[in-house]
Amino acid sequence: MIMQELITIENLSFSYPDGQKALTDVSLGIYKGESVAIVGPNGAGKSTLVLHFNGILRSNGHVKLLGKPVDDNNLRWVRSRVGLVFQNPDDQLFSPTVFDDVAFGPMNMGYSKAEVEQAVKMALGLVGMPGFEKRSPHHLSVGEKKRIAMATVLSMSPEVLVIDEPTSNLDPRGKWDIIEVLKGLSVTRVIVSHDLEMVRELCPRMVIIDRGRVAADGNTADILADKKLLAAHGLAACSL
Amino acid sequence: MKHSFIDQYSNRDSLIHRLDPRSKLVATLAFIAAVALTPSAGWLVYCLYFIIIAALILLSRVPLLYISRRSLVIIPFVLLVAIFIPFFKEGEVAFGFNIWAWHLSLTHNGLQLLWSILAKSWLSILSLILLTSTTGFASLLKGLEQLRMPRVMVMLLSFMYRYIFLLTDEVMRMKQARDSRNFGGKRLRQMSIVGNMIGTLFIRSYERGERVYAAMVSRGFDGHSRTLDRLHFSRLDTCFITAIILVLVCINLFNLYY
Repeated sequence: MIMQELITIENLSFSYPDGQKALTDVSLGIYKGESVAIVGPNGAGKSTLVLHFNGILRSNGHVKLLGKPVDDNNLRWVRSRVGLVFQNPDDQLFSPTVFDDVAFGPMNMGYSKAEVEQAVKMALGLVGMPGFEKRSPHHLSVGEKKRIAMATVLSMSPEVLVIDEPTSNLDPRGKWDIIEVLKGLSVTRVIVSHDLEMVRELCPRMVIIDRGRVAADGNTADILADKKLLAAHGLAACSL
Repeated sequence: MKHSFIDQYSNRDSLIHRLDPRSKLVATLAFIAAVALTPSAGWLVYCLYFIIIAALILLSRVPLLYISRRSLVIIPFVLLVAIFIPFFKEGEVAFGFNIWAWHLSLTHNGLQLLWSILAKSWLSILSLILLTSTTGFASLLKGLEQLRMPRVMVMLLSFMYRYIFLLTDEVMRMKQARDSRNFGGKRLRQMSIVGNMIGTLFIRSYERGERVYAAMVSRGFDGHSRTLDRLHFSRLDTCFITAIILVLVCINLFNLYY
């Protein structure tokens, strides 16, 4: 069976306005139903790459979603299909209550009142936090905030869930809670992280990005066994 | 870190808590308008206003100590503005004194005006405290929005409420980091360090703003804020508003013809 390609990136290069080169000639495909880890040292360009997935950063023609190039005219559709969760939940959660935040996406998509309420309920259920609708984000723990942050994009029923560092700043228990939640989702997942323990647990495929280039792309078990490769990209010296 | 939230008693249950935020907003505004429009030195009327607000506070079951302590916070600010009135108001001189070459005198009218301003502002602030401590900030914002307050301003308030605690946390952490490295030295140096901290805080907030915006855009934000109408205006609200307005009108009629 040929898997459907959801996100296609071809020869993507990107420089920030100050001239700093962030990505060089990156090519990558994300397929329906898979769970991919994007791994790399700090400053490797992982987050910059991910910001191209839903058109926050645009290099016209180099990024395609379901075969259609991401451009200014279809951004709304792109953003409803690619759910991007940012690293810091305090940036992701900006509303006075959890309900408002989880309902934000669906409301921008133009859902009806009943549909919005349904979507919020569904999303909070998926991340294991039903009944938190009326709480305000600043009363939540970091782990709870991270899960609500995921719910805020799951409520749009995206095709792909892209998460930047889901386990950063968490204690081991919080981290394993998040891993369990992610395991329970059936949606296509792209996880950006350098938490190799989680990567091994969740992602059969792994992509290493270093200095803005794809350094490796393949089976997670194989790559994790290659200590030389890991060391070359600043990912070794872990206890795995 | 823990902060005292302005709506910390808002999740209790009472008659006042159950009212729709819109009716509370309208009632509060009506009350403040009535207080502000009452002529100065109408002491009897002030007492009646106080009885109304005291009754509502008792109904709300918010701790009295909390409300009175909060209400006193505003007095210094009012004093700062109003303290010069007795010196400028013309009328019968209550007493005067000399400072070097100047002769200062306080007038009866001026003093009366000062006391009236203090009483009025205290009454107004009591009603505002009652409003904010019986209504969650989120529903207060919903209420303002439904009452046709411009969306941009509602969003500004909402962001302010969401991020002010994060900012204070950030300031606390910066202060701790500074103090653990033995902050001291000459006054000028101290001031320049505080200046640097303020600058850093500004840049961090600015960058956070960009990240928050990216997170909003990622979820399809296109500059129009959309919200669901989940408020419920009940019979209780109609009765409450009617009662408050009637009482205020009666008090003012009584004041006119007394």
